[in-house]
Amino acid sequence: MLDVVKTIPIDYYVYLSSLLFCIGVFGVLIRRNAIVVLMCVELMLNAVNLLLAAFSTYLSDAQGQIMVFFIMVVAAAEAAAGLGILVMIFRNTKSTDIYSLDNLRN
Amino acid sequence: MSLVVFSVLAAASVIFALLMVFTKNPVHSVIYLILTFFAIAGQYVLLNAQFLAVVHIIVYAGAIMVLFLFVLMLLNLNTAAEPTQSGRWKLGAAIAAGMLLVTFVGVLKGGIQLRETLHHDPQVGLVQNLGRVLFTDFVVPFEIAGILFLATMVGAVMVGKRDVKI
Repeated sequence: MLDVVKTIPIDYYVYLSSLLFCIGVFGVLIRRNAIVVLMCVELMLNAVNLLLAAFSTYLSDAQGQIMVFFIMVVAAAEAAAGLGILVMIFRNTKSTDIYSLDNLRN
Repeated sequence: MSLVVFSVLAAASVIFALLMVFTKNPVHSVIYLILTFFAIAGQYVLLNAQFLAVVHIIVYAGAIMVLFLFVLMLLNLNTAAEPTQSGRWKLGAAIAAGMLLVTFVGVLKGGIQLRETLHHDPQVGLVQNLGRVLFTDFVVPFEIAGILFLATMVGAVMVGKRDVKI
């Protein structure tokens, strides 16, 4: 097995996770399809998961990886519930554009 | 050697994530996000977290993204019909995300002092060790996760039913 802990500084994982998280934020801000916005949220969750797993390995502590496991559980539940809500919204408004959801604005 | 593997996987995940954000067609976005997830699973393997790598592939690429793709096909959204945001909004979003990235990097740069582990244990991410921790220290959260799944399942079915009176 490759020895990651000795050769790669933990900072690289921090930078990679920050970059992936910010790409997710950017996607949430610029996309108008609600399904793609949910996918960008999944990308942000994955960036956090990667950082938790990296710290868990570098500190030889299994609790970080258990936390990643629970985040995956919550992400799966969130995707299922969110997509159910989106299907219902599509049935009522005939689109998944986020700007069709400004009924409460005025 | 591992630095080369890390760099290739990191570049792949960042490129695919950017393609996911910038592609007009939602189905292509799903495909690029699956490729990003495979690159992240490669990072897990590199970190010797085999259990997480396998679970990541099964849960994300196998379940969640299939669900997304299924809903996209069900709603017949597999064309590039999405209206785009205005250019000024895009510029503002790019500035906001870039400022967030600068903040993260500026705060975290050089400030990470890891506690010295005397004997590094490479077995920490294997199924045996994680299963022992999960079923001794984390039994109660594990059961609560089961209840969460049940509640989500019932909620999704109730939301998705056509003529339900609540």
